[in-house]
Amino acid sequence: MIGRFLSGRGIPLASLMLVRQPVRLAVALAGISFAGILMFMQLGFRDGLFDASVTVHRLFDADIVLISPRSTSSVSMAGFPRRRLVQAMALPEVEGITPVHWNLLLWRNPKTRGTRSILALGFEPGDPLFVDSTLAPKAQVLTQKGRVLFDEKSRPEFGPVAEWFRAGRTVESEISGRRVRVAGLIELGSSFGADGNLLTSSETFLDLLPNTPPGSIEVGLVRLQQGTDAEAVVEELNALLPEDVTVLTKQGFIDFEQNYWRTSTSIGFIFTLGAAMGFVVGCVIVYQVLYSDVSDHLPEYATLMAMGYKLRTLLGVVVREGLLLALFGYLPAYAAGQGLYLLVRSATALPVAMDFSRAMTVFSMILVMCMASAGLAMRRLVDADPAEIF
Amino acid sequence: MTVLSQPAQHQGADLISTVRIENLSHWYGRGSTRRQVLQSVELQIAAGEVVLLTGPSGCGKTTLLTLIGALRQVQQGDVRVFGQQLKGAGRGQRQLLRRRIGMIFQGHNLLRCLTAEQNVQMGADLLEGFSYRGRRDQAREWLRAVGLEDHFSKLPQDLSGGQKQRVAIARALAARPQLLLADEPTAALDSSTGREVVELLKRLALEQSCSVLMVTHDPRILDVADRLVKMEDGHLLQAIE
Repeated sequence: MIGRFLSGRGIPLASLMLVRQPVRLAVALAGISFAGILMFMQLGFRDGLFDASVTVHRLFDADIVLISPRSTSSVSMAGFPRRRLVQAMALPEVEGITPVHWNLLLWRNPKTRGTRSILALGFEPGDPLFVDSTLAPKAQVLTQKGRVLFDEKSRPEFGPVAEWFRAGRTVESEISGRRVRVAGLIELGSSFGADGNLLTSSETFLDLLPNTPPGSIEVGLVRLQQGTDAEAVVEELNALLPEDVTVLTKQGFIDFEQNYWRTSTSIGFIFTLGAAMGFVVGCVIVYQVLYSDVSDHLPEYATLMAMGYKLRTLLGVVVREGLLLALFGYLPAYAAGQGLYLLVRSATALPVAMDFSRAMTVFSMILVMCMASAGLAMRRLVDADPAEIF
Repeated sequence: MTVLSQPAQHQGADLISTVRIENLSHWYGRGSTRRQVLQSVELQIAAGEVVLLTGPSGCGKTTLLTLIGALRQVQQGDVRVFGQQLKGAGRGQRQLLRRRIGMIFQGHNLLRCLTAEQNVQMGADLLEGFSYRGRRDQAREWLRAVGLEDHFSKLPQDLSGGQKQRVAIARALAARPQLLLADEPTAALDSSTGREVVELLKRLALEQSCSVLMVTHDPRILDVADRLVKMEDGHLLQAIE
């Protein structure tokens, strides 16, 4: 039906060529699907790992984020003067601000007594921090000194904190040599840079890190009035504030972190290389499949040329053939990709998911490769006289 | 038979020979392996004439045929088909010329993926000004004319050698050519089938007032020709009338 539609009022040559050789068609589709799955997996892993690096970043209730220009990533955040954040309040578009302390601290596992570094965020318990509104009531307990909220999605190496806490036990541990008590549980999720997270008040945070210079914070969250153009405010703030602070949109803050992992670490390089390999191998497979298919039909194309068919007509047949193969090879690849992403999500807790742009990238890669390799195979027909082919 | 009895269009074919070849030479290969296959060939075929070309294998018969059929570039000499010079002709010009020439190949060259009817329709599809249904009806008409009315929807693999060659003839004629080139159409057939096929070909071609040039090895079919041309080592030994 599709073939007849595509070939107008003639014989649906492209689809017949495919359908009348079911084994060959199955092999071709299997090859193209495999190439698609390969691309989906590699790209999925890469994007998933980069997404995992911004688990916490995404949660912030902010439109604009201020950081120090000396900060390179979530694992090495530098401080900047808190008064820059207060200065931002001068703009009428700014609705509210939250200064945040951010550092990796050593947490002692309450069961094994081993230590491990955990991401600690310090803020004023009354200030909004995360978009998630369930935090605010829990944060009230932080007004007491030495209390922390522990992320129950932290890796198990930090000890059975959530378990003990739910069982009603008093969970006390040590951070940087100071005693803290777990006063509640939150759900954030581990990321690339931090295996676990905890929240505390600014006061407790400064107690844990007494060397922090007074008035220094690592992250400043700025919330804007509804309907304000964040980009414009970023420019305004950049003009207003001195060089000792970098102003980013929330997306810019996320990109900043992802960009660090993508470009400045070996792991980013490895996964980008993996994705590139997926592309290359996928392309080679698709090329092989299409090339052998066209080569196989070459005498028939030459016959049609000898009968007086235009080269353009024959190229049209090959293009339709490539289009059909790309389409019907892509569909199983898409389905298998979804299935494998589900598998990866449940096995590793990495946020690997099918997104539209990746789905389109893979499809267009398959399509382009199908067309290009079919065209390359047809070049023999263009260059040679038909008599030399059959 | 209404469709088949329509005469082919003649574009001044009465005035000019269908095929006129002068001093045609052709070589294969390059450098030291270059080998001459045709040497100063002269040949004319008049409209409506049936010419048989014979000779030992490897003497250049098929080469000559493919040169006339515009399937190969002319290297040296003049080849005029329907008055058009083929030497130096462009791709588009050759393609248009091929539409007016019917080819029947040694190995029949049917499209494996198409039924007999669809194969013949690929020929009829080259005609302009007919609906899909009209072209399909013509294809069926031609299959009936070659005696395959019971095999419309069979694939080439389910047909015998003689039947395949009949489909090839129907396909070639369905495009209503003014010149039919046949390269050993009986090679894969037994003698009685071969004879039948050739007679059918001649009868149908003449009904269309179409000239025929047939390459053959087969001595049993020589008598269908108006004229016999012999070839040896790239030379044409003229006209055994």
